[in-house]
Amino acid sequence: MTIPATTSLPVTLAEAMEFAWYEADLLDHAIYDEWLAQWTADALYIVPIEPGTTDFENSLNYAYDDHGMRKKRVERLLNGQSISASPVALTVRSLSRFRLLQTDEASCELRCAQIITEYRRGRERTYTGDVTYRLVRGSTGLQIARKVVWLINSTEALGGIGYIL
Amino acid sequence: MTSLAELSTTPDDLIRKDRVRTPLYTDPAIFDAEMTKIFRNTWVWVAHVSEIPNNGDFKMAQVGLEPVIVVRDRKGKVHVHLNRCRHRGATLCEVRKGKTSSLVCPYHGWGYSLDGKLRGVPYENGYDEKTLDRNELSLKSLRVEEYNGLIFATFRDDIEPLADFLGPAKKWIDLFMKQGGGYPVKTLGEHKFRFPGNWKIQLENTTDAYHFPLVHKSFLTAVDKETEQQLDMLNNGGFVEDLGNGHSVMVMIPELIDLDDNLEAPIPEKFADLAKELAAEGYSDLEVRRMVRAVGGSGFNINLFPNVACSMAFFRVLQPVSVNETEIRHIAIGMDGGPAAANRARIRLHEFFQGPMGFGSPDDAEVWDRVQHGAQGGDEMWIMLNRGFPKEESLPDGRHRSDVSAETGMRAAYDQWKRMMTV
Ligand code: FES
Ligand SMILES: [Fe+2]
Repeated sequence: MTIPATTSLPVTLAEAMEFAWYEADLLDHAIYDEWLAQWTADALYIVPIEPGTTDFENSLNYAYDDHGMRKKRVERLLNGQSISASPVALTVRSLSRFRLLQTDEASCELRCAQIITEYRRGRERTYTGDVTYRLVRGSTGLQIARKVVWLINSTEALGGIGYIL
Repeated sequence: MTSLAELSTTPDDLIRKDRVRTPLYTDPAIFDAEMTKIFRNTWVWVAHVSEIPNNGDFKMAQVGLEPVIVVRDRKGKVHVHLNRCRHRGATLCEVRKGKTSSLVCPYHGWGYSLDGKLRGVPYENGYDEKTLDRNELSLKSLRVEEYNGLIFATFRDDIEPLADFLGPAKKWIDLFMKQGGGYPVKTLGEHKFRFPGNWKIQLENTTDAYHFPLVHKSFLTAVDKETEQQLDMLNNGGFVEDLGNGHSVMVMIPELIDLDDNLEAPIPEKFADLAKELAAEGYSDLEVRRMVRAVGGSGFNINLFPNVACSMAFFRVLQPVSVNETEIRHIAIGMDGGPAAANRARIRLHEFFQGPMGFGSPDDAEVWDRVQHGAQGGDEMWIMLNRGFPKEESLPDGRHRSDVSAETGMRAAYDQWKRMMTV
């Protein structure tokens, strides 16, 4: 990563985009140690159900992961014990339509579109949604303070999702 | 209408006491017959009272494949109407849930009151009294009855009351509702997912403890030691009991049958923080213990034939879609008016195991998918349901009980299936 750790300039769209693509690449290529290291200590990874939810903590979500749960999710993908993750689904995610909703020297709020195609056991499936990132500047560069994945069909019946959106 | 006898030379070729044949999962004619003979002829779960708490609240549901609206009218009475306008058949409602004062059809504007009566017909002078008798054109309403918060509907006016249909299952439903921890039980949202397989594959699973240690190994690896021991289902002295009419109960954690018992037992490590939080909010020691015990859920699953289970800490609803497609809803429940911290804990536990991204459900969905795939071969072969059959103990009223890993609950369900399908 070449993103400067400290600067007196606001986070730019280019920096934030580069970071989001980097995260997507880590997930699609199963580079999970590095992925786990990209989050702040109190960061949350959330996949809500109801559109427009703001109180994630008191709502039922598909995923509401702190660091411990993210680690467990990764272990599940790697340890071969989960029949729905052996073989693990192959994924390719495409991120586009980036927009900075807010930015300052220390952090930014990024929104983008995400389309994931999953392939597993002869079946191809697609999950489409918006992703909102809260990114903060850490000592080593940008880090994720919060990532929320808003699936467009979140209130419908989904298939099993044995990977990280 | 296809009868079971027409599908096969004799019903015994298709279904026996301890085994069934593969076409039960794969034959579209059998599926069609089930929608009529079973789902149109029994009590089908449609809602929990807390999903429509206030007058005017409604939700969409299905009875078999038929779309219905569950609605509480202005006087608080619950109705289940076929979601179909009497004019030309359009659905009146395509909103999953909400609040309304009437049901107005979007096509030509016929309006119905919440109790189903036709109230308004635009440009009524196109009809005379003979061609349009409003009293004849109420919505088609199903018979509705409720037991301990569970709302069921049926197309049949002449079958037994719900309470009789549930029979011995009522005692277990009462025990299950104790996880309100002193508050009424309330739904907290749901996880919905679909799998490409027959609905009876999921029906069997709710009373299948045998699969748990294997299919849910990755979940068991992710939980703490205490929870892992508690979930060592096959070694905890549990049992399965046939409750009549196709219902059954599977007790996996016997010490969690009655949540009002053992309140003096030490608080599990994983709930220590929650107990502290509740105590700090001013709840008494007894209240804290009661709530914490309730948060962990009940130690059993009640399988209610044909479409709902009260499953440890949530409602599990199955919705047949086609012979090889089924939708499942895992409805989270908590304490209505109870402390937010306790409900949060229940929500987090639900997210951990259930739903499309849970650590449990996707593995269940995967094996069900495999059952359906495997069933594409060997039409003439049997699905075995004989586990625990020889050692089954008979109860005085003719019901059966066996060890927790026995397929007694599935045999009970298929008994009822056969009774209803051979008519
Ligand atoms: S179909 Fe409903 S008013 Fe015509
Ligand atoms: Fe399971």
